Parts: sequence; C-alpha cells; structure tokens
Amino acid sequence: MSEPIIETDALGRDFSVRDGLRRRTVVAVDDLSLRVEAGESVGYIGANGAGKSTTIKMLTGILVPTRGAARTCGLRPVADRRRLAREVGVVFGQRSQLWWDLSVRESFSILAAIHGLSPERERRRTDELVERLEVGEFLGTAVRQLSLGQRMRAEVAAALLHSPRLVILDEPTIGLDVLSKQRLREFLLAERAAHDTTLLLTTHDMGDVERLCDRVLLVDRGRLVFDGTLTGLSRTVGAQRVLVVDLAEPTPDLAIADTEHLGSEAGGLRQRLAFDPEHTTAARVLAAVTERVEVRDLAVEEPDVEDVVRRVYSARGR
Amino acid sequence: MTSVGDLAAYRAVLASRMRSQRTYRFNFRLDLGSSLLVGIVELAEVAVLYTSVHRIGGLDLSAVLLVFGLADLTYSIADLAVGHCDTLPTYLRAGTIDVFYLRPQPLLLQLITSDISLRRLARAGVGLAALVVGLVVNDIDWTPGHVAVLLLAVPCGIAISAAMYVWAAGAQFFLVDGAEATNAFVYGGRYAATQPASVWARPLQALFGFLFPMAFTGYLPTVAVLGLSGPAWLPAWLAWCTPLAAGWVWLLALGSWRLGVRHYQGAGG
Repeated sequence: MSEPIIETDALGRDFSVRDGLRRRTVVAVDDLSLRVEAGESVGYIGANGAGKSTTIKMLTGILVPTRGAARTCGLRPVADRRRLAREVGVVFGQRSQLWWDLSVRESFSILAAIHGLSPERERRRTDELVERLEVGEFLGTAVRQLSLGQRMRAEVAAALLHSPRLVILDEPTIGLDVLSKQRLREFLLAERAAHDTTLLLTTHDMGDVERLCDRVLLVDRGRLVFDGTLTGLSRTVGAQRVLVVDLAEPTPDLAIADTEHLGSEAGGLRQRLAFDPEHTTAARVLAAVTERVEVRDLAVEEPDVEDVVRRVYSARGR
Repeated sequence: MTSVGDLAAYRAVLASRMRSQRTYRFNFRLDLGSSLLVGIVELAEVAVLYTSVHRIGGLDLSAVLLVFGLADLTYSIADLAVGHCDTLPTYLRAGTIDVFYLRPQPLLLQLITSDISLRRLARAGVGLAALVVGLVVNDIDWTPGHVAVLLLAVPCGIAISAAMYVWAAGAQFFLVDGAEATNAFVYGGRYAATQPASVWARPLQALFGFLFPMAFTGYLPTVAVLGLSGPAWLPAWLAWCTPLAAGWVWLLALGSWRLGVRHYQGAGG
C-alpha cells in the first residue's frame, strides 16, 4: 500500500579502470532489482568488492547509475540529492563525518544547523541520542581524542541527529570490541522500535545480521543472489553449526552419528563437532557425547557471514 | 528559506573554526607571523626591482605599489575565504568528499564553507597597507570615474581570485594528484597579478590577461586611475570591464566545478 523506501529497477554501475595502457570496464553492480519497505531492517552482505558500497552510493546520490533506476524515500537520488539528504542518515564505519578538531558537542550543533533543526528539536534529539548512545561522558572531548568505540557512537548520533527515515550503515561495527558492538546494536534496535526507522546495513559481522536484520540480501559480483531470512540463507547453503565441548579428561576423537569431527585441542580436552541442523539438533549431539564422556562446558557456534558467503559463492562456481 | 539554513550552517562552521584556531594561540600567532613575513617578502621583491630601474613597463615604484596593493589585497581576501578549496584532493583521496553528498547543501558551498584560515588575514594586511600607501603617494585625480573604478576593482578582484580556486578545485576531480599543475596557474596568476602586465610576454598576456583575467585585479584599475593609457593589447578603458572579467572567470570556474562533480559521480563528462 505505502511507497517502498528503497526501490531499484535493474540498477547497474560500471567503472572504467586503467589496466596498463588499456582501459577496461568493470561491472560493479548489475541488474539489481530490489524493494525495501519502510520499517524493515535489511542486511546487505557480500564479499569485499561485491558491489555493496557502490549500491549504497547510488542509493544516496553520490554515484550516477550506468543502467537502470533507483528511488530512495520516493526521490531520485542524484537529481533530488539535497532533499534526500534530509531523509537519509549514513554511517560509514571507515569515514568520519565529524570535525576532527572540534568537540562532539560542537560537531552536533553544526550538523543541526546544516539540517536546519529548530533549537527545540535540536535539544530534544541531541538529549535523546546522547542518553541512549551514552555519549554524555565525552561530549566536550575533541573528536580526534576519542577511542574508536566512542567515535562510532558519536558518528551514529551525528548521522541520526536529523531523525532520518532511512539509516544506512556501512560496516558500523568494524574494529569495535564486543561490548561496543553490543551497545551499538542495542541502540539501533531501540531506535528502530521507537521511530520505526528503516535500517540497511552492510557488514561482515554475523552478529550484526543476527541481532539486527530480519532480511538478508546477498550480492555476488554485483548481482543479487539471495533475498530472504538469515535462517533461509543458512539453510540453502546447508551451513553447519558447530558444537564445541570441553571434556573432563583427554579423549580420542569422538565419532558421533550425523556429525563431522572438525578437530581436537589440548590432547582431546576440547573437541569441535559440526552438524547440520536439518538432520540433527544440538541437544541430540550433546546427549550422544555425554553418553561416552563427561562434558564440563560447551558452546554452539553459528555459521559466520564469511562462511555462508563462501558457500554460496562456491555453489555458484567461483 | 534554504538559503537561511545554509547561512546558519556556514555561521556555525566558521564560528567553530575560529574558536578552534584561537584555542591554539601560540600556533595561531606563529601562523600569522609567518604569513605576514611571506607577504612582506613578496612586497620587498617588487620594491627591490626598483633599486636598479626607475620604471618597469611604464610604472614607477609608487604606481606598482598600487598594483601590488590591489592585486594582493583582493587575492588575500579570496584566499582567506575560499583558499581551502585546494584541500579537495585530500577529501578525494580519503573519500570524505562522500560525506558532503550526504548533506542538504550544494557541494561547492560546503567545500567553501568547510574552513576559514584566519592566518591569511596577515597577508591581507600587507596588501591593504600597500594599497593605502599606494593611494596616498600617487598623484590620483579623484574624479567620480576613478573612484568608481577603484570601488569596482576590490569586489571584482576578490571574485576573480576566488574563481581561480574554484576552477582549480573542479580540475582536481580529474587530476587528484595533480594539484601542482593547477597551482602553477593559481599561484602563478597571483604572482603575475602583482606585476605590471605591460611587461608580460605574449603567452602570459593571453593567459593572465584574458583567459584567467588576473590583469584586471591590479594592473588595469591602476593604469586607469593614474590616467595612463596601458599597452595596446590591454588599454586602460578595459578597467571598466572588470565585472565582465569576473563574470567570465566565474563561468569558467563553475563549468569546471560542474564537470568535476559529474566526473566524480561517473555521469560521463
């Protein structure tokens, strides 16, 4: 019923690359047709160079498509760039949009002026973001003196200051420690719940996708090769889960039905067993193990994005 | 309404830049001092020529002071306001230019308002001093026409010099690592503008007389207010065409910028 927040139709982008003396055309994105509804949270994943950043740049009006068309928030990204900028917030994990020699507070007030926020709206939104991202402790600190975790929180707050309907995050958790990742994800979930914000994020971190996204788009060599849920993706590639058991005493390699023994450490004190959730369950594998030997501790590892991506790619013959 | 927002954004950026430059007082004074020194050395360079000759290109030392004063003051003000356009290659290499695309202002305006280098005030001070001295020591016939030429010369001179930076910035989108190539024109033009245009070699006449009309920032207004005729290729009455020259070079600058931006977006061109 309502208009999609992102809609692309056979979107494509080539780059001309100098190769010695010759110029050669590299297809970065090809025949990309997708639709993202308002309020969705979408993980856009793929290997390096798969075309993720190029797509984001076309959606935000930084790059002109070579083929096809895109509409973001109902606007034409390049022609309506300035209007679109009021609707979209973008966080580049690797590129700061703050002023390195200014304090976080000053950066925020400049951005508020850039987006033409009223003093009242600026104050309310800044307070909200400062509280929820826990930016308060370093509001007066110059950006260049922030730790990476602090800077990312400040970057996210900066990108969201004008309350955009669509938030695009390009590798938002890259380089962050576990705790910082956790905080950032919690914030994004809360922000989405509170304002019905649409999220589109590229990431290499499975945790990001698992915690934040209800839909996954996978690109390979510029083409969309999967569109669905993460479970669906894992299922299509038969991604295995891994049960890691710490045993009471050194044990020879375990041979358990429906599992694959991946390896042993510390002379058999820790063993890794891969299983396909389609055929068995973690509980059943564990039961089979405890029948033979005492288990002191255990962990279940989910397939990571890299692994899933690799499997999809190899299934596609590359 | 957008322009009000743009203005507020500009004010906010500039105010914060000024604050941050004032935070490092010692550095700032050092910058001011060195910038002042460079200005004085350039002025001295002009004066030194006159220790061995009385006239160069039909101008004596006091007349050249006027040329220098006008050209250097207007250039320094342009430098103060838009000189940081030459940091564009840094933004391009780091990819931070993309951030400009994500803000609701025109890109060029964002680049121009991204900074202000207050230390360049010192340069403008040298130019202003030379101009004031030049106006006092020359025997100027203060007719309304001459006053008008001078009043035109200052804003148009600033516009012409500023356009040089914008033109060069547009070219950076293509060159990226070729800032030296454009600097030859930008800073070469600055230097040429402080000299009597009447002694320029033919290629310079075409280049800085008309293509990049630097002769309009200092030399032409000077010969006009001093009642001189100027060389055959650059008659003094052309001083009245200074706004035209400014319009032309801005056309060039915006064209270059537009081409550059389109090239960056990969829209052909």
